[in-house]
Amino acid sequence: MFSSFMINTWIVVTLVAVVAGLVGFFIVLRGASFAAHALPLGTFPGAALAGLLGINSFIGLIVFAGVGVAGINQLAKNGRHEVATALTLVMLLSLGTVFLSIGSQYSQQVYALLFGEVLGVSRAELLPVAAISILATGLTVRLFYPLILSSVSAELADVQGISAKKMELWFLAILALATAMALPVVGALLVFSLMVGPAAVARTLISRPVPAVLLSVAIALFTVWLAIALSYETNWPVGFFVGGFGALFYALAKGWQAFRRGGK
Amino acid sequence: MNLLVEPGFFTSAPVQTALIVGGGTAIVSGVVGVFTVIRGQSFAGHALADVSSAGGALSFLLGINPLIGLLGMALVAAIGMEMIDIRRARERDLMTGIVLGAGLGLSALLLYFDVTTHSTTGAAITVMFGSMFAIPPAIIPLALSLGGGALLAIFVIYRPLLLSSLDKELAEVMGINTRRLAMFYLMLLSLAVTLAAMTVGAVLSTALLIGPAATALRLTKRPLSAMLAAVIIGLVATWGGILLAYNSYYWTPGHGWPVSFFIVALIFVAYLAATHLIRIKGR
Repeated sequence: MFSSFMINTWIVVTLVAVVAGLVGFFIVLRGASFAAHALPLGTFPGAALAGLLGINSFIGLIVFAGVGVAGINQLAKNGRHEVATALTLVMLLSLGTVFLSIGSQYSQQVYALLFGEVLGVSRAELLPVAAISILATGLTVRLFYPLILSSVSAELADVQGISAKKMELWFLAILALATAMALPVVGALLVFSLMVGPAAVARTLISRPVPAVLLSVAIALFTVWLAIALSYETNWPVGFFVGGFGALFYALAKGWQAFRRGGK
Repeated sequence: MNLLVEPGFFTSAPVQTALIVGGGTAIVSGVVGVFTVIRGQSFAGHALADVSSAGGALSFLLGINPLIGLLGMALVAAIGMEMIDIRRARERDLMTGIVLGAGLGLSALLLYFDVTTHSTTGAAITVMFGSMFAIPPAIIPLALSLGGGALLAIFVIYRPLLLSSLDKELAEVMGINTRRLAMFYLMLLSLAVTLAAMTVGAVLSTALLIGPAATALRLTKRPLSAMLAAVIIGLVATWGGILLAYNSYYWTPGHGWPVSFFIVALIFVAYLAATHLIRIKGR
C-alpha cells in the first residue's frame, strides 16, 4: 500500500483533501452545494475535448471550469441562481456527449473521469496539482473574512464596502480551481462528495469559523486516506467509500447534535 | 438529399419508440418541472436523477427492466432527502448534497461491478448519457402508464400543491400538511426524472425538467399556461432533437451525433430567446 508507485497517490490525495476541506466550508456556509456539484461535472467535458485535440487535459479542464463560472454568473443575472446553474451544467455536459461520440474514446477513460482513478498518479501530474492547490488555498486564506461576512450577511458586508457580487465571483473562481485540480484524481462526480461531506460534519459540530475549517480539513483528510486504503484492499472504486463515509459521518454528527440537545 | 426529413425517419422502429417515449417524457417533465422551478428545487430534481443512475446500474447488473431500477433508487433517495424536517433552504440544499454524494458513490460501485462481471465497458456511458435509439419497445406501456399516473396525481393535488409551493405559511394556516405534500411531490419528481433518465440519460434529464419550465415561466406567470407552454417547448425540443440526430447520420456519413446534445441545445436556445424577448419587451 505504501510502495513506491503509491507515493504520488498519497501526496496528491492529501493536497486534494486539504483544498476540498477548506473550500467545502464555504460551500456549506453559502448553501452552494448545487454549484459545487455542477462545476466539476460541467468541467469534465474539458478533459474529453483536450483528449480530442491532443493537448494537456489540465488546459481543457481550466477552460471549461472558466466557461462554467461565466455561464452561471451570466445566466444568474436575470433569473434564479439554481436554474442558471442547472442550465449551464446540462449545456456543458451535452457538449461532452458530442466530444465523446466524435472521439470514440475508450469508455474506461470516461468512467475514470467520472468516478476517479487514484491508483497510479504520475509524477508529471503532481506538479500542476501542487501549484493549483497552493493558489486556491492562498486565495481562500486571503479572502477568508470578506467571504465569511458576505456568506453570512450580504447587508453587513455591503456596509463594510464588500461587494457580495464580487465575492460570489471569487468564490466560484476558487471552486473552479479546486475542481480542475481534483477532477482527474477523484473524478467529476466525487470531487463534490469530498467537499460537502466533511464540511457539513464540521459545521454541525462547531459554529466558530476557524476551528470549523480546521476540523473540516481534518475530516476530509481522514475520509480520503481511509477511502484510498480500503479501495487498495478491496479494489472497489474510491468514490464509493468517499460518498459513503460522507453520508455516514454526517448522520453520526446529526445524531450527536440531537443527543446533546436532548441532554440539556 | 432531403432538407428537412431524411428518408426512413417515420418507418424506423427505434425512431418510433424514441418519439413515443420522448414525447411522454416531455409532457410529464414539463408539468412537474413548473412546480420544481416555483418551489426552487432544481437541485433536488438533478440529484434524484443522478442518484437514480445507481438503480440503472443495478438493473443492468441483475438484468431487470431498467425503469424499475431507476425508479426504485430515485424513490429511496427522495425519502432520504425528506427524512429530516427541514426549515431553512440552505439546510435542504446540504441534505440533498449529502444524499447525492452517497448515491453517486453507490453508483460508482455498481458500475464497477457491471464492468467486472459483464465485461461491458459501455454501461457507464449508457446509464449516464442515455441512448434514445436503443430503448426497447417493450418498455412503452410501463413508461406511458407511469407518466399518466404522475399526471393524474398532479391534477388531484393541484391546488394544495400550488398553494404550498407559493406560500408555505398560508398553506399551513389553511390546514394543509405541507410536509406530507412535499414528500409526495418528491415522489412525483422521482417519476418524472426517471422517465427522463431513460431517454436523455441520468445526467441530462435535468435539461428536460428545468429548461422548458424555466422558459415557460419567463413567458407567463400563470401556472396553468406555464405548464402548457413548458409541455409544448419540451415536445418541440425532444422531437426536434430526435429528428436532427436522425438526420445527422447523413451529414457525417456513418456517424450520428448524440440525441441528448440536440435536445439540450434546443432547450438552451429557447431559454436564451425567452430571456431576450423579456428584455426587449421591458424596454
